[in-house]
Amino acid sequence: MSLSYLLRRLGGAIPLLLGISVILFAIIHLAPGGPLDMYLENPSVSPEAIEQMRTAYGLDQPVPVQYFLWLKSMLAGDWGYSIRTGKPVLSEILNRLGPTLQLSGLALGFAFIVAMPLGVISATRRGSKLDTGLTLFSFAGISTPVFWMALLFQLLFSVQLGWLPSAGYQSVGDGSLVDRLRHLVMPATVLSFAIIASWSRYIRSGMVDVLNQDYIRTAYAKGRTEIGVVVLHALRNAMIPAVTVIAVDFATIISGAVITETVFAWPGIGRLFMEAMDGRDYPILMGLMMLGSFGIVLANVIADVTYAALDPRIRYG
Amino acid sequence: MVDPLLSVRDLKVHFSVGRGLLNPGQLVKAVDGVSFDIAPGEVVGLVGESGSGKTTLGRSVLRLIEPTSGSIKFNGTELVGLEAQRMKALRSDMQIIFQDPFASLNPRMSVREIIGEALFLHGIGSSADREDRITALLDRVGLPATAAPRFPHEFSGGQRQRIGIARALAVNPKFIVADEPVSALDVSIQAQIINLLQDLRREMGLSLLFIGHDLSVIEYLCDRVVVLYLGKVMETAKAADLYASPRHPYTRALLDAAPVTHPDARRERVALKGDPPSPINPPSGCVFRTRCPFAVEACAQTQPPLTAFGDDQHVACIRANELNLAEYNVQSAATG
Repeated sequence: MSLSYLLRRLGGAIPLLLGISVILFAIIHLAPGGPLDMYLENPSVSPEAIEQMRTAYGLDQPVPVQYFLWLKSMLAGDWGYSIRTGKPVLSEILNRLGPTLQLSGLALGFAFIVAMPLGVISATRRGSKLDTGLTLFSFAGISTPVFWMALLFQLLFSVQLGWLPSAGYQSVGDGSLVDRLRHLVMPATVLSFAIIASWSRYIRSGMVDVLNQDYIRTAYAKGRTEIGVVVLHALRNAMIPAVTVIAVDFATIISGAVITETVFAWPGIGRLFMEAMDGRDYPILMGLMMLGSFGIVLANVIADVTYAALDPRIRYG
Repeated sequence: MVDPLLSVRDLKVHFSVGRGLLNPGQLVKAVDGVSFDIAPGEVVGLVGESGSGKTTLGRSVLRLIEPTSGSIKFNGTELVGLEAQRMKALRSDMQIIFQDPFASLNPRMSVREIIGEALFLHGIGSSADREDRITALLDRVGLPATAAPRFPHEFSGGQRQRIGIARALAVNPKFIVADEPVSALDVSIQAQIINLLQDLRREMGLSLLFIGHDLSVIEYLCDRVVVLYLGKVMETAKAADLYASPRHPYTRALLDAAPVTHPDARRERVALKGDPPSPINPPSGCVFRTRCPFAVEACAQTQPPLTAFGDDQHVACIRANELNLAEYNVQSAATG
């Protein structure tokens, strides 16, 4: 592993990101309507004013021209301004980053701590009732839509039991840590469920594969106990295939859990994305999606680097 | 005869397969009532076709697979049902070399870690001593000391098998199960590994259970041979006796199946037809009768017990007395 390898990998991402930006820009503009539609039915905004705004934002130009204008300012470090709020795109995004990092950080951390032992236990007790039960749980977790589970949680814990606030980041006039945590628990749990379900499956299949290897028998023959074999020999090898999935999931969720944040009115990146979609806020959408794409590219590089650390057979030149 | 180092009695290893939520599954009798002894310093060969239960037997003797029933006495200690802690302590006396040197070494560990782990687990030597011992072990199996920090994938098959052997030797075992240790290797490398095992056996007084299907290797290396078919012992004898005068039709067929070294050599052969029957539904009576050219009706009635013949030869065949397999002629069998 060398620095030049890292630079080459990240450099290779530049044409990829350029291509992604073209496709994203095209798709956004394929959708009917535009950012100024919200003024059309507002009697206090005259058609002339709308026309003036259209020219000011450059929306009267052909789409390719708009793209190059966007690209030019982006390369100069200017992310543009939100059409809806008029604020700079970058500061809009940064404002939402904190809540999203809190939510996804907690959900991912929790998911990792739970999914790992679940997958390992399933694999080591393969075919047992426990394994069957965990498998059913996983499939339920993967196939349950997040919004539906979120509504069920709200119904149980907020409406019926009244234990937790149903939505929002904090109570009005309160902002204490306890209050914020009470708001955080439910969305984080809902978000982590689906992740636990899928990660535990990947870890299970990786472990099942590894546990059948001769070197696991070798470890038993050396006199290792089951826990030693599982933790020191099997897990290290079983994590290799799971790393890719975990890394990419990480990037996806950090760049915004759209549904969870929307249902729980969580003021994060995901909800910003939803709002920007509704308002056809092109600069915000492009900014968010480019950030997300870069996150996934970066996650893949990190996954590859992690492979090399986990598996001595892998060398990058 | 001296007290045996390893004494296996009526060992059974049964697996249930195909069990699902509603399906009760079926029982595979991989090893079904096997008994044999290994004396200190003795090398016993275990032969049989694929699926005869050789590997299962070898692993269950070390309790890498839990036996279903029976008795395994090692140095007077009963291993079946022995608690984990005492089993762990005994593991330093009994080791295994696996067939596939590409699969049996953890790809994530260096050679030093692979060999050192066993030393560490059994508390052998200080860490400085261990380093010396690892070097000595590598030297013993013909690898340079520079191999220690390297990883398994950097070695060839033969070298990896040497690492596997060094690993097994690390804890000074009295007994090693060698599970087809050369069948995954090139022929030229096979000879090196076999000579290495032969040397080690002489120098260290090791007892070996050598599992294989190459009969010439078994003849070269082993004092005694156990012939396994469908989880049952067909014949056991001193190697020389077995090769000179096989008494079980299956043994004779196995010997005949080995290729002859000279192209002009002609001989009478007992050839087996078809595949071994499924161990889920073994034939009644003698399990070999469905493929045996000498089977008579009585063979379907009772399971033949192992019966003693001459000097330490035991055969499980009701017709062993009347058949003269050493000088058997195919032509006469075909007509008669």
